[in-house]
Amino acid sequence: MDRINAHFQHQWPGFSLEVALELPGRGVTAIFGQSGSGKTTLLRCIAGLERAESGRLTFKGEVWQDERTFLPVHQRPLGYVFQEASLFPHLTVLGNLRYGLTRSKNTPEFSLEQAVELLGIGHLLERKPERLSGGERQRVAIARALAVCPRLLLMDEPLAALDLARKQEILPYLERLHDEMELPVLYVTHSPDEVARLADHLVIMENGRVLGYGPLAETLSRLDLPLRIGQERETVLEGTVAERDARWHLARVDFPGGSIWTRDRAIPLGRRVRVRVPSGGVSLCLTRPEETSILNILPGQVEEIGDDEHPGLSLVRVRLGSAAVLARVTKRSQAALALKPGQAVWVQIKSAAVME
Amino acid sequence: MLLSDGDLQALWLTLRLAATVTLILLLVGTPIAWWLARSRSRWKGVIGAVVALPLVLPPSVLGFYLLLAMGPKGMIGQLTRALGLGPLPFTFWGLVLASVFYSLPFMVQPLQNAFEAIGERFLEVAATLRATPLNAFFTVVLPLARPGFLTAAVLTFAHTVGEFGVVLMIGGNIPGVTRVASVQIYDHVEAMEYPEAHRMAAVMLIFSFLVLLALYVRRPKTTQG
Repeated sequence: MDRINAHFQHQWPGFSLEVALELPGRGVTAIFGQSGSGKTTLLRCIAGLERAESGRLTFKGEVWQDERTFLPVHQRPLGYVFQEASLFPHLTVLGNLRYGLTRSKNTPEFSLEQAVELLGIGHLLERKPERLSGGERQRVAIARALAVCPRLLLMDEPLAALDLARKQEILPYLERLHDEMELPVLYVTHSPDEVARLADHLVIMENGRVLGYGPLAETLSRLDLPLRIGQERETVLEGTVAERDARWHLARVDFPGGSIWTRDRAIPLGRRVRVRVPSGGVSLCLTRPEETSILNILPGQVEEIGDDEHPGLSLVRVRLGSAAVLARVTKRSQAALALKPGQAVWVQIKSAAVME
Repeated sequence: MLLSDGDLQALWLTLRLAATVTLILLLVGTPIAWWLARSRSRWKGVIGAVVALPLVLPPSVLGFYLLLAMGPKGMIGQLTRALGLGPLPFTFWGLVLASVFYSLPFMVQPLQNAFEAIGERFLEVAATLRATPLNAFFTVVLPLARPGFLTAAVLTFAHTVGEFGVVLMIGGNIPGVTRVASVQIYDHVEAMEYPEAHRMAAVMLIFSFLVLLALYVRRPKTTQG
């Protein structure tokens, strides 16, 4: 009852969408795929901006679409952030924020002031959109979507139209949104970096089909799914900052399954953080390595072995307690160590980066 | 007095006619332009062509057909008789109806362009902000299309002021009822009253220029970002 069930089938000229998903009713679910994978179309179908020929959509038990029903967009309790801010040019920032608020029937659990405060746009309220920077516009657009007190927030590549500096400006606000609100968010993106930073769950799409979906860390470590973050496969460990070593400028992050030392980024103790672990920085040993420069040596168990893109490389998924990491090793090393599923190994993690 | 009573009467009639036609076309032309801008129907091309027809049709042709339609055996004529309104030809309201047809493209086309320039996105945004389609039209489309409405209204008004052929066919030349400014000038010329014709013509020239000046001076400001 607490979930979002989405089944859509539709033929467009040269493109078809065929999706059956059961998504969690909380947290950020990233819908990831290359352009043309159908991720935006899926989001538009969920919003009701697009009407799939055959579709069934229920949100926490409420039917939004089935054979007989099609709830029009303006009756769905959602907020939508488009790729371009699309602020109404004839209204001020405040007018834009009020536009939805005055029409929304929901009780304002999340008031206008909170949206303004969360996105840091209090000083912009009297301005017209033409006098805002690109990043400010998108922040206003996000606040405008929040001001209608949505029960579901849909975001269609909200950062894609912005340059790197503007992205860095907005990401912290999105992370606050993620941390401070109960609101379920569906977040369409083709950026692995945004996935790693924001998503709790991940849906991977290709050619109008869902390749796989599930909790982020688990989905990232699946060998049958082609999700690359940057140049190589990566996994994400979620934990809390447990210790900061002032002398060596290191911070220890505890996660279920062990702890890992990373460069200290001045994040306060107790804060929930994510640690990105690129597969190329993970190596495997059969005996516990001694006298090594590598700080993080953890016991684990080989779970699955698959091919990486290069014929000389393998990807090995190693279980660390309830977490898992991927190690990229050469086929030759794999043979030399006779790695196979179930085997106990020592995992050396050389590079791991904390994301706040 | 530069202008005779007859001249003033003709000018006043012309202004009344143009204002009435502009108001009616704002109400009639807006939904047509909206439909043409939004529809994906295969009838769109046909309707668009019909709306544009008065641009190329000789006014006498349009006037001839409208005269037949308003006549006792025509569709409009029978309708007005059934409603107890009496015949339309050679009346003010007959002129109004004919001018509505004649000036239709001058209202519809600028509006259609303005609506198309607004695009789909703002309407989608409005829908996600709980606005019904009708509400979105009044709160988003109307304010954003304001320059288009201004252009359309001014062009319609000015075009109606300048019509001649249709008026002669439908309205004839009845002082105070159907004798508009352009017909008055024609009368002056026919009667060899060149100084009078000159004065009326100058009034029309200055009016037309001022209207277009107002439109073109405003234009750079009206672009939407």
